[in-house]
Amino acid sequence: MNHLSNGRMKRVPEPELIFTKSKKGRVGANIPTCSTPAVDLSEAIGDLREDLHLPEVSELDTIRHFTNLSQINYGIETGFYPLGSCTMKYNPKINEATARLAGFANLHPMQPVETIPGALELLLGVQEMLQEITGFDNITLQPLAGAHGEMTCLMLIKAYHESRGEGETRKVVLVPDSAHGTNPASAARCGYSVKSIPTDANGNTDLEALEKALDSNVAALMLTNPSTLGLFEPNIEKICRMVHEAGGQVFCDGANMNAMVGTTRPGDHGFDCMHLNLHKTFSTPHGGGGPGCGAIGLQAHLEPFLPVPVIRRGSEGEVMADYSRHHSIGRVSAFYGQFLMEVRAFTYLRAYGKEKMADISRYSVLNANYVRARLKDVLPPAHDRPCMHECILTAEKYKKEHGIRALDISKRLIDYGFHPPTNYFPLIVPECLMIEPTETETKETLDMFCDAMIAICHEAIENPDALHHAPSTAMVGRLDETLAVKQLDVRWIPAAKETAGV
Amino acid sequence: MPYVPHTPEDVEAMLATIGASSIDELFREIPENLRVAPGALNLPSALDEHKLFGELKRLAAKNTALDEVTCFLGAGIYDRFIPASVSAIISRGEFLTSYTPYQPEASQGYLQTIYEFQSMIAEIFGTDIANASMYDGSTSMAEAAIMSTGLKNRDKVAVSEAVHPHYRQVLDTYCWSMGIEVVVLKTEDGVTKNLSAAEGCASIILQSPNFFGQIEDLSAHRAACDTDGSMMIVVADPFACALMKAPGAYGADIVVGEGQPMGVAMGLGGPMVGLFGCKKELVRHIPGRIVGRTKEMDGGREGFVMTLRTREQDIRREKATSNICTNEALMALANTVYMTAMGKNGLQSVAESSIRNARYALSKLEEAGAKRVYGGKFFAEFVIELPVSAKAVRDALLERGILAGLPLGDYYGGRENQLLVAVTEIRTKDEIDRFASELASVLSSATSQVEVKA
Repeated sequence: MNHLSNGRMKRVPEPELIFTKSKKGRVGANIPTCSTPAVDLSEAIGDLREDLHLPEVSELDTIRHFTNLSQINYGIETGFYPLGSCTMKYNPKINEATARLAGFANLHPMQPVETIPGALELLLGVQEMLQEITGFDNITLQPLAGAHGEMTCLMLIKAYHESRGEGETRKVVLVPDSAHGTNPASAARCGYSVKSIPTDANGNTDLEALEKALDSNVAALMLTNPSTLGLFEPNIEKICRMVHEAGGQVFCDGANMNAMVGTTRPGDHGFDCMHLNLHKTFSTPHGGGGPGCGAIGLQAHLEPFLPVPVIRRGSEGEVMADYSRHHSIGRVSAFYGQFLMEVRAFTYLRAYGKEKMADISRYSVLNANYVRARLKDVLPPAHDRPCMHECILTAEKYKKEHGIRALDISKRLIDYGFHPPTNYFPLIVPECLMIEPTETETKETLDMFCDAMIAICHEAIENPDALHHAPSTAMVGRLDETLAVKQLDVRWIPAAKETAGV
Repeated sequence: MPYVPHTPEDVEAMLATIGASSIDELFREIPENLRVAPGALNLPSALDEHKLFGELKRLAAKNTALDEVTCFLGAGIYDRFIPASVSAIISRGEFLTSYTPYQPEASQGYLQTIYEFQSMIAEIFGTDIANASMYDGSTSMAEAAIMSTGLKNRDKVAVSEAVHPHYRQVLDTYCWSMGIEVVVLKTEDGVTKNLSAAEGCASIILQSPNFFGQIEDLSAHRAACDTDGSMMIVVADPFACALMKAPGAYGADIVVGEGQPMGVAMGLGGPMVGLFGCKKELVRHIPGRIVGRTKEMDGGREGFVMTLRTREQDIRREKATSNICTNEALMALANTVYMTAMGKNGLQSVAESSIRNARYALSKLEEAGAKRVYGGKFFAEFVIELPVSAKAVRDALLERGILAGLPLGDYYGGRENQLLVAVTEIRTKDEIDRFASELASVLSSATSQVEVKA
């Protein structure tokens, strides 16, 4: 079956910047009126500005502008989104409803803590459930995103080494060559230097290279498990032991937690700490690039260093926000973390509960292996092993034989109505396509996707131009990224300023 | 489970295609001792959707939502009007459930809104450019400070004690991990003085209006930075910027702030949205994402892409300008819809109403027995001194349905009787009058109690 659009496109107006729709004097909202006496503004606040070039449009035009823009944007709710490493699962609507309850949405972070017992109870509830799911001794919800969680974990590790008098010597963080870029960047952000550890031919951590790298300068190893190759690290216990024997700590990058929920617990593997992306594994929406939500799990020896506030039970069983922690690294964010995201995660966790929690990992792994099996003849997997929640395929042969790259296949998928998978990551697999279907997709959707992928691979041989020129049905074709850098245009400039040479 | 759609027949057919006999077999690479049987975790039982909503309503009802009380608490997070259009747009699944726009052809809608966001924030801050957002105001400030140490090759930064205390705590944490020293600048009469104490620092960070609501002298800020060759970093409020000469117009190198008051629910402080604007010559050093306008490869249509990507962690790894990856796109979209709907007139009207309400409130509270602590110009928030503990007054007023503000004693030693009061555009004259009369009543009963005890 060919799912290629028949060329009839939904009519969407050509996008125009909102600024070009502006007309002096229009207002797009019914603005609160003021009932207190007028004041002389410059007397009250000093120098006033001369102009403010913001749009002046009606409420209807505001809504139309953004509605039309939404129609040229792909989301999980418009179609299948197999973006590897991103866990684009269904974001249940009930989560949106609960997060909008006034008793959550309309709370000020600095209102007296005695007036938010329900919020604290919810935060503790998320912590306790994540603690059980990950197998760690404690959880904090303070970090605001995945990378922020990684950074917070490294800060805990740094504080730990400092407390043992080894802060000055342990300055190196080991990162496998398959790791997410945030790992080395977070290490650098904590003042560490980074050493890369190779992956062996089977897709596992190269133990010999690790052994050689381990010395008294190593602060930590940052390991993604399952790895970014979609493979479970079978030597995980041994690796953690090796690092611990050398005095280092082991951080687990939890981007791939979806494969483990209810089936295996990283806290049992030997890790000292890990970050979670609640916006991946626990279904809080990605929002087009945030808000993220970066809970972290940690073992007891790192607890003294937890960022404040620490949400925990007090001596009388009440839930409290504890700030009196002498060894704390301090605050990593201004308030209680991404609270309304925690409300969504709590709702999600309670919907699955004890009985169904393992469904998340079981069906995500089933779906990934199904896609892998269906596509293996046209796009071979990078490794001949069962994958976890995502499969990594290579399009190398199309590049060698037909000049078609993984990116061309991805762009052609847009014409077939699907979002592309992740390309060129992990960096160690040539012409890589990383496909993560998640557990919320039906067999029928996966079949349509696989049919499209197979059709595209045939096109790559028979009609490669269709791929070179893809996408041909989207609002725009491929864009010139070099030009974007060369003629840097990152804001609209009002005509008045342009003529003034600003 | 409605979110997992597999029927037994589906599972059977899929396993047959895979060539496995069971789902368990797919997990065979996980050592057996590390596996947990399905359903074995100690978790609460699953709830159906009706019961689930009931449970969440129960928890929500335990909190005092700010629609049940009249809010005069600000301190960086503000109870402002949010047009219904904002929620309508950010609830659209095309935006809500999309990922970071790595595939521009499938993400033109979002990319354009980010370009518009950057344009509006740069306009409000008076900076050449702005990025696509940061996590929140506090981390935006910390990233700006760290950026300055790299650019100036100096290992300390200066920050005023009149910058939001939580922001300074986050700055302390970030700087500790990077081995950067933080110098704290003292205030006199509520504004930062003695900027020369910042000598040798990579940057001087002031907030204006500052944590106490007072307006700082940004010309002096610029001059001090010029004298010592440091960078001028300002923590700004977008509503103050809508009326006042913007920090960028004073020559600020970097302007940061919190976007929450522009259409984002307070939500106990998360998610928020960090704003970050700067001079254009700094663009290659900024943290976070930035969207640029370009053309199709064949020079045809215009379109938008994430640009200057070589600064970012997924390409540059440990040499990236920051580790930030996911930012706060949805909240930035809320800001963009807000700034569009409210527009120039709306933002300026909100700012002006807040200024008027704050002055009216100050005069009424003074009549009720409070004293203003500082002279000088202020925006829409001010500090008052009470004859008794500010916390006790705050708690007594809360029982009367008024959230009076933030007691400063926890943050600044010796200020146990001081209260920081914010008045936004949605407070009415009647609400302010009631605040003043209830304060008078609380103070008179507190004073008589003191007299009885004495």
